[in-house]
Amino acid sequence: MLILNCPCCGVTAEETEFHAGGEAHLKRFGPDSSNEDFENYMFMRQNPKGVHLERWRHNNGCGKWFHAARCTMTLEVFGTYSAQTYEPPKEICDLISAKRPGWSWGAFS
Amino acid sequence: MKRYSAFAIAREATRYHSGWERAWRAPEPKTKYDAIIIGAGGHGLATAYYLGKNFGITNVAIIEKGWLGGGNTGRNTTIIRSNYLQDPSAAIYEKSRFLYETMSQDLNYNVMFSPRGVIMLAQTHHEVRGYQRTAHANALQGVPTEWINPQRVKELCPIINLEGPRYPVLGGLWQARGGTARHDAVAWGYARACSDMGMDVIQQCEVTNIRREGGKVVGVDTTKGAIDCDKLGIVVAGHSGDLANMAGFRLPLESVALQALVSEPIKPAMDVVIMANTVHGYLSQSDKGEMVIGGGTDGYNNYTQRGSFHHVEETVRALNETFPMLSRLKMLRQWGGIVDVTGDRSPILSKTPVDGVFINCGWGTGGFKAIPGSGWAMAELMAKGHSPLTDEFGMERFIEGRFIDESVAAGVAH
Repeated sequence: MLILNCPCCGVTAEETEFHAGGEAHLKRFGPDSSNEDFENYMFMRQNPKGVHLERWRHNNGCGKWFHAARCTMTLEVFGTYSAQTYEPPKEICDLISAKRPGWSWGAFS
Repeated sequence: MKRYSAFAIAREATRYHSGWERAWRAPEPKTKYDAIIIGAGGHGLATAYYLGKNFGITNVAIIEKGWLGGGNTGRNTTIIRSNYLQDPSAAIYEKSRFLYETMSQDLNYNVMFSPRGVIMLAQTHHEVRGYQRTAHANALQGVPTEWINPQRVKELCPIINLEGPRYPVLGGLWQARGGTARHDAVAWGYARACSDMGMDVIQQCEVTNIRREGGKVVGVDTTKGAIDCDKLGIVVAGHSGDLANMAGFRLPLESVALQALVSEPIKPAMDVVIMANTVHGYLSQSDKGEMVIGGGTDGYNNYTQRGSFHHVEETVRALNETFPMLSRLKMLRQWGGIVDVTGDRSPILSKTPVDGVFINCGWGTGGFKAIPGSGWAMAELMAKGHSPLTDEFGMERFIEGRFIDESVAAGVAH
């Protein structure tokens, strides 16, 4: 069972209070985009074995969205951070790098 | 291979059962094969079997990271049915169900196929309309199914409680020729038949790299050394994304955990399979007497083969209301498997951007029932370059918008 901290309201709770929302930092493409861009945005996912940056919603709490960095091989949660960002903040990257040297996620590391 | 038969049992009984051979060989890999299948689960072994049986391609290796049938093939709740809404799904699942009927005879291995009948319960008005529509679609597809009323559900399954306050039973979609089979035996039977045709089933051998030259596959690197091949089939369920990565392309998949559990064994109480999609509860009684219960998937990406306890709790809580007798049962074991789920909840059987690499994945939460049909179709795809059963399941359907939208049809992953 995962234990997450909501960066919006500060509550730390187990996962039944939250709802998983899939991969974070997707670049959105609309009707005018190319087929490849739209397919990438709509269906293609990193689905990594290892570090996963993902969206969560504090459903049974403040109701706000946030991001989490988690390992899909060990279920370890490295940290959570605000969803109002295009890339993970440096302190989250440092936390992950300390435990998973050499990890990468697209352009981030 | 010595055939299994009543005479064989009688013969062995007279000599302390000293004459049984190993069911399949344990060979070291050769340096080159015509075709390599990655993944010795049901789908991978079935693909190899039909490559040999239907197309005469027997210089084949089936490479497995762990042990034979140790992934989702050994972790599912063994339900077999073909009552799907969309035509491409009904075609491949019905082919599969049809092949299950004679699988024990074809493989000379008892897979204990038990066509005991499957009821998909309708517990909301949305489901009533959905399943009536599916019954009509099945009539057009030539798949015998039937919409039945609550009284008929009660006749078929006396332990059910029709008047649950939260989840009343409003009817069901009944497929009389659906049922269950012994999941391990399906993998073992195919492995024995493949080995008998001269194929190499190589266990404890992990693929670490897929070698390509000029956009074409030339072989794989493994923990037991490099092996060359002309054609490569990737049939690895939850780890498909990882293998696709090695071959240099991406897949529209996410891997999540799906859980199941079994109770202590009890006397025969239910001789049909019940699926309650609204509450994500799937129930049947094994031949040992255990109540076999399948649950829903976790919401988050996961490769750990274990899920969150609260999903088990939700499933059991809801099933207790529909089957009150379950509340007195102790649960013996609980486990999880990693399933790969696509955007439209339908599988991918496809050529890939790499010449000679074929992929069979995305069966999500319902792959066991499809094993023989999937193997049949995948073998045809690998041997001939296309198959009428896989034409609609290509990975290009996501860019073209030709979805096979069973997630809408079933209301849940299926």
